Amino acid sequence: MDDTPQSHPPSSSQECHAPTTTRRHVLEISTAALGGAGACALAVPFLNSLRGTQTAIQQAEEESALLDVDVSDLTPGAQKNVIWRHWPVSIQRRTPQMQEALKSAELLRQLRDPYSKARQQPLDAANLYRSLNPEYGVFITVCTHLGCIPTMHDIPGLPSSGGFFCPCHGSQFDGAGRVLQNMPAPYNLPVPPLFFLTSTKLRLGMSKADPHFDINTIQQI
Amino acid sequence: MTPPPSPFSHWLNKRLPFLRPLHQHFSRFPMPPVNGWWTLGACLIAIVLLMGASGLFLALNYTPDIQQAFSSIETIERRVPSGWLIRSLHMGGATVFFAALYLHIGRGLWYGSYKAPRELVWLSGLLLMVLFMTTAFAGYVLPWGQMSYWGATVITHAIEAIPALGKPLVTFLLGGNDLGTVALHRLFVLHFTLGFIVLAIIGLHVLCLHGVGSSNPTADSPTPITTTRPFHSDYSIKDGLAVCGVLIIYAILIFFLPDWLEKTSNLIPADPLKTPSDITPEWYLAPFYAMLRAVPSRLGGLIIAATSIIILFALPWLDQSPRHNATYRPTIRVGMTLAFMAFLTLGIAGLHTPSTIWLWLSRLSLIVWFSVFLLILPLTARHERLSPKGDHS
Repeated sequence: MDDTPQSHPPSSSQECHAPTTTRRHVLEISTAALGGAGACALAVPFLNSLRGTQTAIQQAEEESALLDVDVSDLTPGAQKNVIWRHWPVSIQRRTPQMQEALKSAELLRQLRDPYSKARQQPLDAANLYRSLNPEYGVFITVCTHLGCIPTMHDIPGLPSSGGFFCPCHGSQFDGAGRVLQNMPAPYNLPVPPLFFLTSTKLRLGMSKADPHFDINTIQQI
Repeated sequence: MTPPPSPFSHWLNKRLPFLRPLHQHFSRFPMPPVNGWWTLGACLIAIVLLMGASGLFLALNYTPDIQQAFSSIETIERRVPSGWLIRSLHMGGATVFFAALYLHIGRGLWYGSYKAPRELVWLSGLLLMVLFMTTAFAGYVLPWGQMSYWGATVITHAIEAIPALGKPLVTFLLGGNDLGTVALHRLFVLHFTLGFIVLAIIGLHVLCLHGVGSSNPTADSPTPITTTRPFHSDYSIKDGLAVCGVLIIYAILIFFLPDWLEKTSNLIPADPLKTPSDITPEWYLAPFYAMLRAVPSRLGGLIIAATSIIILFALPWLDQSPRHNATYRPTIRVGMTLAFMAFLTLGIAGLHTPSTIWLWLSRLSLIVWFSVFLLILPLTARHERLSPKGDHS
């Protein structure tokens, strides 16, 4: 090791050298181990602080948030956007032609999941309109690809059904939020849990027909 | 001797030659027989690293805006997980750091570590001290409590006293004439940036030291030891032990004496209409605060406080005696003890409300401080040069 000979009293090498090396080794390793453990312990509060300031209560409050939306001012063919929790939600009032277009065989052939098999909606919206009431389409407009916000845009060459187009990577959805085949988005747009309080007032955040529906456990949001 | 490098070290060393500098500056760096006072440098580096880490994590949650600064500190204390601990580390770090820093400088004074060929080690060290004081001041303003605000007010007015330059300098620093969000933002950036600048200058300080080696406290003794020993493992273990000791004191301060770290007035948000009645600076700036008060002139106080530090920069040329260690220089032994006591007295005076007795004690201490460095040190050095084998030892 680093010991210079003059600092030690002269001793016979066989008596002293091998055991000294071993003892020093043990001390070195235990010092390093203790120091390492101390450094790890010190890292705990620093990493802990990165968890942020949201408390469990605040998170639970956010998750149980209900939002009532009055849709009496929506004319057929119009849309309004609201924010539920932190997501943009688009509410469309469909004309009879749009409702008809959602059932056309030509459209259904081009969809990735035409019958809403993937769990992206409560049970009461797992139909051809992906809605509780065929007249109102309600979707969380967060693209299932990488989270951009699709805007209203019809599918070219097909009768208008509403429809969404994502500006980031070009995913095209129909008026029921169903993604076309061969698009980057893997799933249909999520449908939030909701029910109608009156014929023109709906409540977001709870599904009467599917009370166990949890937006956090769907395929993709 | 050193065991042969492992295959991985060998592979890495071929591509990134680290083994030679490691041996040259660490494992085999030759150390004279220094005593325990030489472990303070390692302790200071350990504290600086902790200050840097805790500062970085505090900056993640701090908002430099006069409307939000105070509440963002409250959020750190109460809502950020472990935020109270990280902030205590940063606040307690300043106290432990300056205590170790003043002892480190005191060691340099006592053992003559400022003398040729170590002038650059001394000068870079003093530069670091000035930068640390600036960093500490800027950092103290950030919580935007009463002490923060009024401390900043007093300091900016002191700078304004500089003829011709003062006003424009303060306008440049604050981005206007008042202490507002623009000023707070600048002090935040200044504090944050200085944290990294001091790291670079610490590197320079250590490089300067490694060019000339540590001073030898036994050199002037009747039985000087001239042999050196490798830094590792004798001195690395000694430094490690000292660091552990300092960390224990640090932990006691943070966990058991948190009230010592922050004045209650600073738990009140800044109020530009009311100066706190018990306004005092942090203890580590108190000696200089006492100097400002001891002179009955705004500019005079500033000049005295600045000169008290500037004369330290001139020490390598004021004291040209071949002897280093005050222990073996009877006059210097008395002189340095008096200078240390003067500094301590000024510190205590700075923490008290100004009364006649503290004012005169401050003035006496100032006279002692300047006479030791400007009269006793140069005259003794002259005498010792004339009779190098004098009757002193």
